[in-house]
Amino acid sequence: MYGYKVKLRFFFIILILISTILFVFLILKSLEENVVYFQSPSDIKLLTELENKKIRVGGMVKKNSIKISTETVNFIITDFKNEIDVTYSGVVPNLFSEGKGVVAEGYLKDRNFFVASKILAKHDENYMPPEVKAALEEK
Amino acid sequence: MLFSLVGYYSLVIGLCSSFFIIFFSVKNFRNYEILDNKILTFVFLQFFLVIVSFFGLILSFVSSDFSNETVFNNSHTTKPLFYKIAGTWGNHEGSLLLWLLVLTLFIFLFLIKSKDQPKRYRILTLLFQQVIIIGFFVFLLKTSNPFNYIFPAPQEGLGLNPILQDPALAIHPPVLYLGYVGSSIIFSSVLAATTLNYISREWATHIKKWILISWIFLTLGILLGSIWAYYELGWGGFWFWDPVENISLMPWLALTTLLHCILVLEKKLILTSWVIILSITTFTLSMCGTFLVRSGILNSVHTFANDPERGLFILTFLFILIFLSLFIFFIFHKPENKNTKSFFWLSKETSILINNWFMMYFLSVVLIGTVYPIFLDVISSQKISVGPPFYHKLIIPFLIPFLLFMAIGPQLKWIKSDLENKKRLLIFFLFSLLLSLFITKNLDKNFLINTILITSAFYLFFITVRDFFLKKFKNIQQNISHFGFSLLILSILFNNIFSSEVITNLKVGESFQSENFLITFTDLDQITKKNYTSFIGNFSIKDSNNTLDVLKPELRIYNQPNIITSEADIKSSLLSDKFITMNTVQNEEYFNVRYQVKPFMVWIWISVLLITLGGLISLLKKKYEK
Repeated sequence: MYGYKVKLRFFFIILILISTILFVFLILKSLEENVVYFQSPSDIKLLTELENKKIRVGGMVKKNSIKISTETVNFIITDFKNEIDVTYSGVVPNLFSEGKGVVAEGYLKDRNFFVASKILAKHDENYMPPEVKAALEEK
Repeated sequence: MLFSLVGYYSLVIGLCSSFFIIFFSVKNFRNYEILDNKILTFVFLQFFLVIVSFFGLILSFVSSDFSNETVFNNSHTTKPLFYKIAGTWGNHEGSLLLWLLVLTLFIFLFLIKSKDQPKRYRILTLLFQQVIIIGFFVFLLKTSNPFNYIFPAPQEGLGLNPILQDPALAIHPPVLYLGYVGSSIIFSSVLAATTLNYISREWATHIKKWILISWIFLTLGILLGSIWAYYELGWGGFWFWDPVENISLMPWLALTTLLHCILVLEKKLILTSWVIILSITTFTLSMCGTFLVRSGILNSVHTFANDPERGLFILTFLFILIFLSLFIFFIFHKPENKNTKSFFWLSKETSILINNWFMMYFLSVVLIGTVYPIFLDVISSQKISVGPPFYHKLIIPFLIPFLLFMAIGPQLKWIKSDLENKKRLLIFFLFSLLLSLFITKNLDKNFLINTILITSAFYLFFITVRDFFLKKFKNIQQNISHFGFSLLILSILFNNIFSSEVITNLKVGESFQSENFLITFTDLDQITKKNYTSFIGNFSIKDSNNTLDVLKPELRIYNQPNIITSEADIKSSLLSDKFITMNTVQNEEYFNVRYQVKPFMVWIWISVLLITLGGLISLLKKKYEK
């Protein structure tokens, strides 16, 4: 009934349509699963329920809070309003120190305790992660 | 002082010469048959003036002239000479001057090398390139003048970020810029060719050289940045899906696709729309990269200053260029003749086209992953980050068909191919499957995906090796690049699967026993150098085979600016790299130690070099044949 070319073109349009839908679906799905949200200690205090999702917590490392042992590094992240205990085992970036800004990535155990799997490296002493800046400015 | 003045006025005169070039070009375009020599003179003059300006800045850095704001912000008298020079482009202003230098260099070379091309095409290319050049001149002079003056002149500069004081990073920006800015010539040339309806096989042969040059430098630039990140940042990996890395990967993907399209265009005069769109895309992505990196939207080591005015300027300029190019595309581009378009489903064209679509898919994934967090921040001020799992999940599965098409494609003929004689290809596949099963048999995690991936990479590997012997150097450039790519994927996979790592905190004299290694922190030495103090740790590491290694990672405390960096100690061999870094934690006695064994690390670098070598051979081969 229809010519070969029309059929071919129809086939291609269907193919493109299907792959576009697949593409959008795949991207949205993986974005949903793999995006990491940033929260300040105050944001965490306000959480109504704890999700078992990877998040980032940022703020200042509280003075005299770093405790180190063979296995772990423990410290407190504060935004000068609320604070949260962090335990971490892994590589510590060069510029991680008390009174400086920090971003930790990991999972919440409860509203006061955070298990970090990564501490983000900063590149120089003047640099502050934009998230930390925003979190500190909010108060 | 003097150098800065000379540099500044050279820039101003350089901008003025643009207007002379445009004036003579327009006159020449209408009236005469051959290219006016005045144009060439002015183009050379402009290039020369930018060189003078660039040397003015270098000399200001070498002589530590702190009355120059750029020098004051980025240099220091105690810095070694090599890094004083490299510091010239290790900052925002200087790197833009370098960008401008490459822009003018390329258009000058283009005019010299394109004598056999039609006059009108050459002039129009020059005009489009001048639009870009003027844009950058104005940007440089208005928002980021490298020759700003400070009075009274300070005694001492602020110093260069120590992690940038590294040989690989000293040459990384110029090489990467040659690649980025090289795409500007392709952009201008494509716009000119579209306007004049000059897209032909001759044009393809001519522009292919420029695509190759840009591609080679871009590949090398990315490689250098990656090697630097590996040993200097101390993360022990080669690719982190960091936005800044993604931004260099995106033009690379577009450029690689463009390279394949231009090969088809040269042979068959099809895919012209692809070529035009991809040329525009490549240059736009390079500009976007500059915009995102320089505007401070993406925070990284590349962000030198946070100045919204700069970002706004580049963004406006970018929109004008995109608008201009799309306008030209829709007005002037005539779709190719339908007769030449038909090719059989089983042909070289089809396989190239399919892989082009795959590369466009990879490009969109990287683009979305990079831009989405910025977008979300602007519309809802939610802060998010997109990590490696996102990219891995979306890219890795599609690598499998991609690799298979890469292996089979070159075996097919142009226009139409048949299925006979293709049984041997199946034998290679079975062999690859067996080999990869042998390798992954002890793997418990992700067994299936790894086996299939290794199989397809091995398949490409063996097919290219076979071609290497059978086809007797007929298509050696493609062969080497594809072989390099298979080697790259294999090394990355093995590196990923067989890496092991130990992270622990140790005091001097303590040791740590893990599953495979016994790490002992024997000693700590202190050495004072001119611009830093270094602490060198002595670690002896015994692995399960009882082989003993002594590794000496270093911590450097720079005096100006006061920054701690850690220098990894790496023992490389053909089979694996042993990699150790240490860090202090808040002046306590504990040192944070990370030890990694990374198999086939060297092969990742070698395979990228092989891929580049393929491009280089293609570039030189064409020249000999002419």
